[in-house]
Amino acid sequence: MKMQKKRYVLKFPPQSGDQPFSYHLVKDFDIRINILRAEVWPGKTGSLVLELEGTTTNLKNGIAYLQENQVSCEPLNKKITWNQERCISCGNCTAVCFAGALQLDPEKWELQFDPEKCIVCELCVPACPLNLFKIDFRE
Amino acid sequence: MSIQKTYEEINEKIRRGEAVVLTAEEVSQMALTASPEEIAEKVDVVTTATFGAMCSSGAIINFGHANPPIRMEKIRLNGVPAYEGLAAVDTYIGATACDPENPKYGGAHVIQDLIDGKDIELEAWGKGTDCYPRKHIKTIINKETVNEMILFNPRNAYQNYPVAVNSTSQMKYTYMGNLLPNMRNATYSTSGELSPLLNDPEMKTIGIGTRIFLGGTQGFVVWPGTQFNTSKPKNEHGVPVGNSATLAVMGNLKEMSSEFLQAAYYEKYGVSLFVGIGIPIPVLNADIAKNVSIRNEQIETTVCDYGVEGSPALGRVTYAELRSGEIEVQGKKIRTAPVSSLSKARKIAEILKQSILAGEFEISKPVQMFPTNTSLKSLKEIKGGNES
Repeated sequence: MKMQKKRYVLKFPPQSGDQPFSYHLVKDFDIRINILRAEVWPGKTGSLVLELEGTTTNLKNGIAYLQENQVSCEPLNKKITWNQERCISCGNCTAVCFAGALQLDPEKWELQFDPEKCIVCELCVPACPLNLFKIDFRE
Repeated sequence: MSIQKTYEEINEKIRRGEAVVLTAEEVSQMALTASPEEIAEKVDVVTTATFGAMCSSGAIINFGHANPPIRMEKIRLNGVPAYEGLAAVDTYIGATACDPENPKYGGAHVIQDLIDGKDIELEAWGKGTDCYPRKHIKTIINKETVNEMILFNPRNAYQNYPVAVNSTSQMKYTYMGNLLPNMRNATYSTSGELSPLLNDPEMKTIGIGTRIFLGGTQGFVVWPGTQFNTSKPKNEHGVPVGNSATLAVMGNLKEMSSEFLQAAYYEKYGVSLFVGIGIPIPVLNADIAKNVSIRNEQIETTVCDYGVEGSPALGRVTYAELRSGEIEVQGKKIRTAPVSSLSKARKIAEILKQSILAGEFEISKPVQMFPTNTSLKSLKEIKGGNES
């Protein structure tokens, strides 16, 4: 069976915060989930950024299950782009990047950006004093 | 008999192309196996550098007179307010100045645009006088049209600086970067063992008149910087463990490059200017050789809580710990990040080294040394001002 790995943004209505959706995704649809970002507040809308890995059929069924329960599930179609040419490697963005996507090379102390590790938390965007990070909404 | 060199002897070597020049990082490595006496014997000049945001910066500009002339009593450069109380057509634009309607573009951006040769809109107003009849002018200036543009920074190159953390439950937006809640990050700003005033902690070679690298060209130390403070506690290696001495520096802005002078905007704080400064330290004797040999593990600074009023001290760490990516404060491990560019500072130290080796940059003996017993005053609030 062909396995797929993709990132999704889940949005929960206020009344669904107490339901174990991730349990059902794992147990009923055999989907491996990696939580990249979570904002869940009781009584308010919540959001999760998940990396889902499973067979094409299981992913399709798992997402259908979420949508039946009023949880929206959209592919993460944003990415962060960085203007490397103008970067001065001051380090301000690395202070807020918990995913470890932005790091200073410990030898040369120049900024390295690993888009694979980026969870699009967007904290680097306002943290850069030269405004070099942009959110790119294209697929 | 211990070695003692003069500034003139070192300059003679520079002119003959025989001077031995190392960066402060290179000499710190050398010191692992060489004594201060041996270093003083072998090395003539050590280059130091920093590239950080320095808010107390700005530029003096003379626009030249228009016909008919105007006494500029209100001045805007690309909408940014510039000082209007300097004769008819002189101004000072501070790096942090901005129009509150457009807070992300400020004086630092005007300065950078001027260096880059861009056109700037100048608009000025005056009341009109017998000798300056004009009341308004709106025109375009750039670095070719103005008479002078001079970088004059009243407080740069801080000797050491605290580490910033935030113990509150809210994000704090500061000039030390965005500080995450519950001490989840710590930021630091100096270039450690490469930093100018950490290599000459008692300022035995740096004073008024010292020739330096400033923003890509040669500039000068013109005065002790504002908030110059020599009474901060020092550690066993003679290094102050918090922000202490500072430099006022000056240079020809027309010759500078935006590679070494970069405008910045900090979220919910404001505009600042990254300034590149390099200072050569002549190794006159073993005492100075010992100072320039200082290593990151010997330089300590204070961790301060920027989330709490008065930024109370929480502990002390070394630059070796800061550079490792993690420090421990009150039993808690905290991720660290710099907010000034070490890679740029290294580039400046190398450029300065190469220009000394090429005989293009001579060292200068200060015409006057800095004061040695200064402290800092705070602003007291006198109720009612002068009215009562």
